[in-house]
Amino acid sequence: MNFLTQAVSYIFTAENWLGPVGLAARILQHLEYTAAAVAVSAVIAIPIGLIIGHTGRGTLVVVSAVNGLRAVPTLGVLLLGVLLWGLGLVPAMAALTLLGIPPLLASTYAGISNVDSTVVDAARAMGMTEMQVLLHVEVPNALPLILGGLRTATLQVVATATVAAYASLGGLGRYLIDGIEVRQFHIAVVGALMVAALALILDAALAWAVWASVPGTGRLRREPVGSGGFRMSR
Amino acid sequence: MHYLLTHLPAAWTLTVIHLRLSLLPVLAGLAIALPWGVLIHRRAVLRRLTTVTASVIFTIPSLALFVVLPLLIPTRVLDEANVIVALTLYTTALLVRAVPEALDAVSAQTRDSATALGYTRIKRMLKVELPLSIPVLTAGLRVVVVTNIAMVSVGSVIGIGGLGTWFTEGYRANKSDQIVAGIIVIFVLATVMDTLIMLAGRLATPWERASGAGRRRRQLRAPIVGGAR
Repeated sequence: MNFLTQAVSYIFTAENWLGPVGLAARILQHLEYTAAAVAVSAVIAIPIGLIIGHTGRGTLVVVSAVNGLRAVPTLGVLLLGVLLWGLGLVPAMAALTLLGIPPLLASTYAGISNVDSTVVDAARAMGMTEMQVLLHVEVPNALPLILGGLRTATLQVVATATVAAYASLGGLGRYLIDGIEVRQFHIAVVGALMVAALALILDAALAWAVWASVPGTGRLRREPVGSGGFRMSR
Repeated sequence: MHYLLTHLPAAWTLTVIHLRLSLLPVLAGLAIALPWGVLIHRRAVLRRLTTVTASVIFTIPSLALFVVLPLLIPTRVLDEANVIVALTLYTTALLVRAVPEALDAVSAQTRDSATALGYTRIKRMLKVELPLSIPVLTAGLRVVVVTNIAMVSVGSVIGIGGLGTWFTEGYRANKSDQIVAGIIVIFVLATVMDTLIMLAGRLATPWERASGAGRRRRQLRAPIVGGAR
C-alpha cells in the first residue's frame, strides 16, 4: 500500500503537474496520440463499413479483416515500426491505428446492415436516392452502434498508447516505463492511475454520446441500445 | 522469417508460456462467470450492477493493472501471477455479461416447452438453456482468447515472459527479424485458437448447422474490451 500512498501524494503535488515533462503535458500528449490514431482509424474504417453495410457485398472481407487485425499484436507493430522508420509519431500512429480499425469497422458494418429492412425499403419507396437512404436513414439509425464502436476503439487506443513510451515517445506511459526501469514503483503507479482515470473519463463521455445519439424516443426507453458490448444485433 | 526458422525450439518454449498466461485466465474466468451469469440472468438489479462493474473493469488498461495489482494482492511486481489475475479479471468481466446475454437468446417458447415436458429449473438450465446459448458464448470466448493472447505480449514491457519478449529483445538488439518472427507466431497462435474455439462451438451445436439461422447475424459482435494490447 506504501507505493499507492506515495503515488497519490505525487499526483496531489502541484509542481508535478507543471513543465514540459509534468503530468499535464503528459496527459495532453497521451490525448493527442489517442485522438490522432482514432481519427485515422475512423477515416479508414467508417467509409468501408458504410459501403459494405449498405450494399451487403464483401461481408466476408469485413469479418476476416476484423478477426485478422484483432490478432495483430500492437507492441510488435510499434517496435518494428520504430526499427524501420525511426523514432517518432509515425510508428506509434501506425500501430494504434491498426488497433482502432477492427471495432470501428465491425460496428459500422453491423450498425448499417442491422437497420430494419422495411425502414430502408420505405425510404426507397419515397424516392430517396441510394445516397440519401444511406446518409438520412441508415446512418442516423446506426449511429448508436457506430459511436459504440468509436467508444471501444478509443478505450483500446487510450489504454495501449501507454506502450508508445517504450519507443521513447511521451504520454502517460512514460511514468509506467520509467518507473519500472529505475525501480521507482510509485512512479509506475502514478502512470497506471492516471491512464485508468483518463480511460474512465473518456469512456463515460462517449457512453453519454452513444446514449444521446439514439434516434427518436429510443433513448427514453430503458434498453441501452449501443452501450452493451454484445448488443450488436437486436 | 529466417529468425523464426532458426529459433523454433525457443519459439515453442515461449509459446507454451504465452498460452499458459493467456488461457489459464479464460478457464478461471469461465469458472466464475458461468455460475454467476446464470444466477443473475433473471435478477434485474444484480444484473445491472454486474454490467456496470464489468464495464468499469474493462476501462482499466492492462499495463496499468499489471503494475497496480502487486499492491493489492501479495505478489511481487514482476510475478506471472499478476498477469494471470489481471487477465482473469478482464475475462470474467466480459463473460459475466456474455453469459446472461447468451441466455437471453433462448426463446420463451423453448423454455416453456421444456417446462411443459417436465424439466425442473435446474435441469432446464443444464439441458436446454445453456446448450442453446453456446453460439453466443462461443463468440464471446473467441474475443476473450484473441484479446488475451495480444495482451500477454504487452506484459513483456514490464518484464513478463511469453512471446512478447521477442519484441523487447529484438527492439533492444535492433533485430527487426526477431520482431517480425514474434508478430507471426502471435498472429498464428491467435488465429489457430480462434478457429479451434469456433470449431468446438460448431461441433457442440449440430442443430445450428441444420437450421443455419442466426449465424450470419452473430458473426460480427464487437464487445467492448479495454486494456492495452
